[in-house]
Amino acid sequence: MSTGLPMTVLEGQEAEVRAPQRPGRKRRRGGWLLPIWTWLVIFWLSLPILVMIVFGFNATTGKFNNTWQGFTLRWYQQLFAIPELTQALKNSLGISVIVTIIATMLGTLLGLALGRYRFRGSGATNLIMFANIAAPEVALGAALLSLFLLLGVPRGYLTIVIAQVMFSIPYVAVTVRARAASMDRSLEEASRDLGAGPYTTFFKITLPMIFPGVLAGALLTFALSIDDYIITSFNAGSTVTFPLWVFGVSRLGVPPQVNVMGTLIFAFGVLIAISGAVSGRRRK
Amino acid sequence: MHGRWAARLAPYWLALPGWLWLVLFFVIPTLVMLSISTQTGDIVNGFTQTFHWQNYVDGWNQFSTQFIRSIMYGLIATVLCLAISFPVAYWIAFYGGKNKSSLLFLILLPFFVSFVIRTQSWNFILSDNGMVLTPLKSWGLVPQDFHILATDVAVIGGLTYNFLPFMVLPIYVALERIDPALLEASADLYGSKVTALRRIVLPLSLPGVFAGVLLTFVPASADYVNSTILGGTNTTMIGNVIQTEFFTNLDYPTAAALSFILMAGLLIGVFAYARALGTDDALDMAGA
Repeated sequence: MSTGLPMTVLEGQEAEVRAPQRPGRKRRRGGWLLPIWTWLVIFWLSLPILVMIVFGFNATTGKFNNTWQGFTLRWYQQLFAIPELTQALKNSLGISVIVTIIATMLGTLLGLALGRYRFRGSGATNLIMFANIAAPEVALGAALLSLFLLLGVPRGYLTIVIAQVMFSIPYVAVTVRARAASMDRSLEEASRDLGAGPYTTFFKITLPMIFPGVLAGALLTFALSIDDYIITSFNAGSTVTFPLWVFGVSRLGVPPQVNVMGTLIFAFGVLIAISGAVSGRRRK
Repeated sequence: MHGRWAARLAPYWLALPGWLWLVLFFVIPTLVMLSISTQTGDIVNGFTQTFHWQNYVDGWNQFSTQFIRSIMYGLIATVLCLAISFPVAYWIAFYGGKNKSSLLFLILLPFFVSFVIRTQSWNFILSDNGMVLTPLKSWGLVPQDFHILATDVAVIGGLTYNFLPFMVLPIYVALERIDPALLEASADLYGSKVTALRRIVLPLSLPGVFAGVLLTFVPASADYVNSTILGGTNTTMIGNVIQTEFFTNLDYPTAAALSFILMAGLLIGVFAYARALGTDDALDMAGA
């Protein structure tokens, strides 16, 4: 809001100093080049999304959904006509909910410990978390697969959950850690002085205070989990999730139902984000 | 006395479950992978530990092309992301006004669509008879046999597209934090706009650039979704090779050795980079 002002002041100064040579030229360029560039980038970022949405309404007849053949709502009516795709979507939603619950609980406790206390091993734990976030996905997937191969664990639903919780915990812990570190501890002390037990203090004082961090971590986990391809594909066995199914058919032709499901997930996510932002603004 | 002990042990109890999960399913697996990488044998007769470090040399010799290609793709995509993102982040941070959040939201829109679908969508847009090439060909602007898919351009373009928001966000956060008074001071002291950019904006944006490079380079160079969906046989990346060795060739030691080279190489690079350029601030922005 106020940051726009100093730049205008700056430009004014500049125009004044250089007025004789090139009056106001720089200012105008800075004025329209940057917004045009930004809007071009936004268009570029949205183009594949637009294509996905539009071709969910395409009255295609062949196996390939790649030329426009008229408008239809058929794919919305036949959304669940492909049993494997429906199963994959169900798997994805189920796995993501379980992963979000487990990773949010474990990550929150870990983040609290790291944000609030100095303890032996906290440095090493931070290092492990950083390495986990920084490591390439394909190596994380391959490493976990190595363990399952060594132990002869069959890959499937359970191993996908294990893998996704593993890469989600650090993200939750990091967001909660930041929140916990900046928390005012006197409220907890007051709660304890007034005779509240550790559980009462945790649920009435600590949790509400770190809750924004917990919520951010949970949302991030759900988004990462439902979208993960690489680590999941290494540990999935014959269990198929939504991204795995789409990847599998990408060479053969993607049925329009995928566009429809993508569109619905997109619309749902955008609605949640907008309503969250609006209610957040209202609370302020 | 009892209470004090409980309080002292509290962080360990809190940290234990998450810590255990990370050790069991990240640290130990990495060690297992290291162990498998020096084994010999085959899938039928089983693998035995022979400390055959030659696997690393063989793996590198056989797949150095793909390794180097992956790093090059990652580097080019990162540089492109930086070049594209900086003006965007700059404009939103300094001129976004009331619309800052809405503009950022538009930048983040791709995150609401599955990564695989987004990439698939590009395959569709860029295909030989697709919406871009068909008109260009019919106007005679490009030759009939011209194609974009299965080229370096397609894969690097896909990587740049998919990781761009990871570059915009941290740079925006860093620029947003710049105190407007600094720019006013610069102007008051007759610093030109270019000087302000060079002496104030660029240095203060570095933590964001650092985080953005980290968040872009590692996933871009280890990705194989883009090279599978948008690429061809000449754009194979190391991720494709590891995947094939594990699942098609069932050559676990080679696959493990390649994964380990990739992981160690990138992590050492990242830590060295963090030491040389990074600040705690930057690591915070990278989410670590």
